[in-house]
Amino acid sequence: MSVVVEGRALTRDYLVPGSLTRKAKLIQAVKGISFSVEAGKTLAIVGESGSGKSTLARIVALIDPASGGELLIDGKPVDILQHRPTREMRSKVQMVFQNPYGSLNPRQKIGDVLTEPLALNTNTPARERRERAEAMLVKVGLPAEVYNRYPHMFSGGQRQRIAIARALMLNPDLLVLDEPVSALDLSVQAQVLNLLADLQDEFNLAYVFISHDLSVVRYIADDVLVMHKGEAVEQGSREALFSDPQHPYTRSLFAATPVTDIEAIRARVEKRAAMRAAV
Amino acid sequence: MSLLNIRNLTVRFATSTGAFTAVDGIDVRVDKGEVLAVVGESGSGKSVAMLAVMGLLPDTATVTADEMTFDGQNMLAMSPRQRRRIIGREITMIFQEPIASLNPSFTVGYQIEEVLRFNAGLGRKAARARAIELFDAVGIPEPEQRLKSYPHQMSGGQSQRVMIAMAIATNPRLLIADEPTTALDVTIQKQILDLLMKLQEDSGMALILITHDMGVVAETADRVMVQYKGHKMEESDVLTLFENPQSPYTRALLSALPENATGDRLPTVSDFFKAADAQIAAEGGAA
Amino acid sequence: MTDTSVTAVKLSDAAIRRRMLKEFWFYFSRNKGAVLGLIVFILLVLTAIFAPLLAPHDPTQQYRDALLVPPVWQEGGRAGFILGTDAVGRDMLSRLIFGARYSLFIGIVVVSVALSGGIIIGLIAGFYGRWIDTVIMRVMDVILAFPSLLLALVLVAVLGPGLTNAMIAIAIVYQPHFARLTRAAVMAEKQREYVTAARVAGAGNIRLMLKTILPNCLAPLIVQATLSFSSAVLDAAALGFLGMGAQPPAPEWGTMLAEAREFIMRAPWVVTFPGLAILISVLAINLMGDGLRDALDPKLKRS
Ligand SMILES: Nc1ncnc2c1ncn2[C@@H]1O[C@H](COP(=O)(O)OP(=O)(O)OP(=O)(O)O)[C@@H](O)[C@H]1O
Ligand SMILES: Nc1ncnc2c1ncn2[C@@H]1O[C@H](COP(=O)(O)OP(=O)(O)OP(=O)(O)O)[C@@H](O)[C@H]1O
Ligand SMILES: [Mg+2]
Ligand SMILES: [Mg+2]
Repeated sequence: MSVVVEGRALTRDYLVPGSLTRKAKLIQAVKGISFSVEAGKTLAIVGESGSGKSTLARIVALIDPASGGELLIDGKPVDILQHRPTREMRSKVQMVFQNPYGSLNPRQKIGDVLTEPLALNTNTPARERRERAEAMLVKVGLPAEVYNRYPHMFSGGQRQRIAIARALMLNPDLLVLDEPVSALDLSVQAQVLNLLADLQDEFNLAYVFISHDLSVVRYIADDVLVMHKGEAVEQGSREALFSDPQHPYTRSLFAATPVTDIEAIRARVEKRAAMRAAV
Repeated sequence: MSLLNIRNLTVRFATSTGAFTAVDGIDVRVDKGEVLAVVGESGSGKSVAMLAVMGLLPDTATVTADEMTFDGQNMLAMSPRQRRRIIGREITMIFQEPIASLNPSFTVGYQIEEVLRFNAGLGRKAARARAIELFDAVGIPEPEQRLKSYPHQMSGGQSQRVMIAMAIATNPRLLIADEPTTALDVTIQKQILDLLMKLQEDSGMALILITHDMGVVAETADRVMVQYKGHKMEESDVLTLFENPQSPYTRALLSALPENATGDRLPTVSDFFKAADAQIAAEGGAA
Repeated sequence: MTDTSVTAVKLSDAAIRRRMLKEFWFYFSRNKGAVLGLIVFILLVLTAIFAPLLAPHDPTQQYRDALLVPPVWQEGGRAGFILGTDAVGRDMLSRLIFGARYSLFIGIVVVSVALSGGIIIGLIAGFYGRWIDTVIMRVMDVILAFPSLLLALVLVAVLGPGLTNAMIAIAIVYQPHFARLTRAAVMAEKQREYVTAARVAGAGNIRLMLKTILPNCLAPLIVQATLSFSSAVLDAAALGFLGMGAQPPAPEWGTMLAEAREFIMRAPWVVTFPGLAILISVLAINLMGDGLRDALDPKLKRS
């Protein structure tokens, strides 16, 4: 199997400038993380708010440079500080953002949202751009007529489909998905997760899938990386991690995740009834 | 005997495209010491229904109900003054966005003491002492120090605790919590839910918990009300809801949980809407 | 939420545009003052366009036999001069009607110059940030530190009196307001995810600034533009009054006031009517600006 993306000891520091009363501070948001993702596979990254998930995602998506370590795409090292990513690099890695309400330009028609990557990175003629955009809309389950609509006319789930369609316009090898279903309702979440699974099968895509919801991760991931305060505290295959979590932090995450298990509910209801009877 | 009893609650908004019915003929009943969870997807009217009870909707909203009683008192016939005596003292609410509901220009201590002085009628000194007590109760470490903090100096979980402290300051008999943990991490969510449940058990107050997370429902509720597009789809006790859901919509909702996934695919949204809309149509036809 | 958007998908483009217009009008028309302002403004524009048809006399024609004739309803008024005449026998009504042209022209030129300058400067400052931002914004602060009329006066004194120079001066004085507003909007929009998304799609800086960010910053600028429009009319009138703006015999309202001030006791109408014209048009445009803000600002929409 071919490795699409590989990170070696990636780090990222933020310098928070000081003021009169405060000293400048260096925040180590990502502290040396290594991983690799093969074509057709999904690496899920879980962790709490502020653990550095988005920071890592932005490095992998070639938006921000890493402060240290090495990022390899298709086996070739990339350093966007030294060379701006080439068109070819750009087309290989695309990203889907968490908030479907913020990631689409409110003044841009859906058609322009989808054709923009083609217009900027390829020499496709306008007619063909439009045809490809319409085909992609149909692929993500929207009618081609939405081409001339504006984003505010769509629901969260529909917008997230549009964002996914945009990311796929350049035929990427890797999709970085930063909490793509966190802002969606349960029903819509199911729809988007199914779509992602179908697209992965069809295009043999590699996913880096960020989430804080363990039930979603368990459903979609092949491998899991648990982040805590910028470090990878545990990483491994989904089966291994879910059946036998090693690190205490992973265990505390598991313990805190609410479960909908019938027996657990029954036990709780009985306990409450007993307590009430005692009063 | 039920504490809050509402029959046929309807809320309409005047909008640029005509009237919009956000809540359509819902009955709400909460008993003393009970935890009622209200679930439903975004826009299903959960917040609006509860804001209507609190009388906090903008004046573009029209609220109607056949009956609205709190502890036997008819809230529909009350003067605004009598109503204010109940709202904010006997019924309190934690709003959906904790950070936005704290005033950024005052310390949290000032804000909670304000509540205590106006709604509980305490003096300055007594209010301070009670504020410290409350902060302690909701698990904020070093309460004396923390009273002097501004909202932006606290984490999301801490601001949420402050909101809870303010909401229980007057020993309410009913607390309405609107998505109290949606913006929080699972570990903090667990702490907050445990805290709410403990306060509820200790004081015997009733709790209405609005959420869209089935896991939260499973871990807190006695009874559950499922809402969709302003309609009530189902009302059952929690065990029945998960074990043997009555409405097709609830069944679809539960099967869309990733942890219940059987095989490769999750049931899709269209399955849902078909089930739910059919149910609404059937009820509309029956009524 | 989902159901409304599903039906929205079936709407045609024209229907969508109509719906957006309808929504705009819904919020705009809730503000009765704004509607009134709009009506007055439309009348003003029509007056300016059809001035030659509406005016009973040539605005510069001096009727030597009719100096300082009072309005018709006063004793000694003449039917030929409805609002009376000024000190050299020119018809007041005709001069006021032609004056509307000047006011609109001044407003449009000043606002367009100030707006385009302010947008470019504000975009650069907001987008690039750091020292570029610091330098630009400190210069803007210096301009803003002077009372606007005083600065305009100094500039006209340097450039020489005249309507063109007065307009340039006022535009320079107004430009920092637009620059600040644009900068603030750009800095807020720059953080939004859609901008990052456009960058991932391969957009360069110029494209990001002009095509991605700018269209989303326009609402507050439109509002500021209408409000500046009325201030520009007022400032131009003030400069005209001080003899630094439009020069006689141009029928500009401020200049008319200036020429007539010595007759204020003897013939109050020569001062009253230009004053009223300025007051009414400024008020109307301000009211309209308020309505625009209500209709364009999404934060104010959800009462
Ligand atoms: N531009 C920045 N400047 C300074 N610090 C930053 C910046 N961006 C992120 N950080 C800090 O880096 C850390 C990691 O942030 P990051 O956004 O990657 O977290 P996350 O895991 O994505 O959290 P969430 O689940 O809330 O999205 C945080 O402590 C954050 O405050
Ligand atoms: N002031 C208002 N004017 C017009 N419509 C409103 C207003 N407030 C709410 N609505 C509409 O009422 C419906 C119900 O909104 P509500 O806030 O109760 O949803 P919710 O169930 O709480 O959703 P969420 O889970 O997103 O909080 C929505 O369609 C919303 O757009
Ligand atoms: Mg993040
Ligand atoms: Mg809500």
